[in-house]
Amino acid sequence: MSRLIRMDHTGHSTLAEWTGKGDAGFEAAVEAFRRELDAGYIGVVPEGEGHATQVTELPAAAELVIMRRPIAGG
Amino acid sequence: MATAAETSLTELSAVPWRERASASSLAAFGRLWTAWTAFSVVTFLVPAAVLFALEPLTFPVGLGCLAHAWVIPELYANRGVGVVRPKGPRNRSAELVAQGLLGDLLGHDAREVQRQTGLALEPGRLGVWLVGEAGALLLTPGGRRVHCFCVGTRERELPPSDRVAHLLLALRTDEEGFATVANRAFSGAVWRVRRRLAPARRPALAAARVRARSLCGPDRGKAVSPAAGGSA
Repeated sequence: MSRLIRMDHTGHSTLAEWTGKGDAGFEAAVEAFRRELDAGYIGVVPEGEGHATQVTELPAAAELVIMRRPIAGG
Repeated sequence: MATAAETSLTELSAVPWRERASASSLAAFGRLWTAWTAFSVVTFLVPAAVLFALEPLTFPVGLGCLAHAWVIPELYANRGVGVVRPKGPRNRSAELVAQGLLGDLLGHDAREVQRQTGLALEPGRLGVWLVGEAGALLLTPGGRRVHCFCVGTRERELPPSDRVAHLLLALRTDEEGFATVANRAFSGAVWRVRRRLAPARRPALAAARVRARSLCGPDRGKAVSPAAGGSA
């Protein structure tokens, strides 16, 4: 089961879950992913220790996609 | 996925005037910082010595100069350490959830360090990082110098572990880009930072230093995480 989550004031919220590209849940996840991108979030796929990839399209095969806010120098 | 993946941080577009950070640019910045600190110290030490040589009764003024020579580097280091001090609302109700997610992102050892100290240890190409809520420390290979970076998300309502996770994910996506986006707050000897670091956080610095030292030794390749591509 793949998950799309967003880091927010609750810790994180699960926005969608899907099992594969043909899954109806995947279409909902794509919609949710685009909505979050439009809201200014950035999609990141954690790929084990030390690795992460920024994505602009929801990868169906990813187990976990995390939406994060932009960072900036303080 | 390959066509939709981006290798550079999106946030770099906000700082187009900055040259992309690299090991050599950080080393140059470190040397410049050290030179400036030395200049600041000498600027006060010389007048103190000259005044005392000309007229010993001016020693109170000389003491004032010596105090300045001591305080200025301390203030710099204090500003550097400030980047990893806890900041903002604690949001305790959501912190447990956020801690779980951050724990999933970290390896076993780094997870333990983070739970004990609040700092996430992350080896990279540029050295060993300690990621906090609103900034990060980078210990360069060898573990003698530390760079302090002030960087974070603007979302103050996020629980602390989520703020760490934001920085960790950005760092893992593009390490040099992360170092470019972040503002540099200090660069200097590790002992300067250690003295100012809260005792509860010092174990993280010690662990990072051990890893950073190994980056210069025969085990260098083993100490580098997959994030570094094993090429450090």
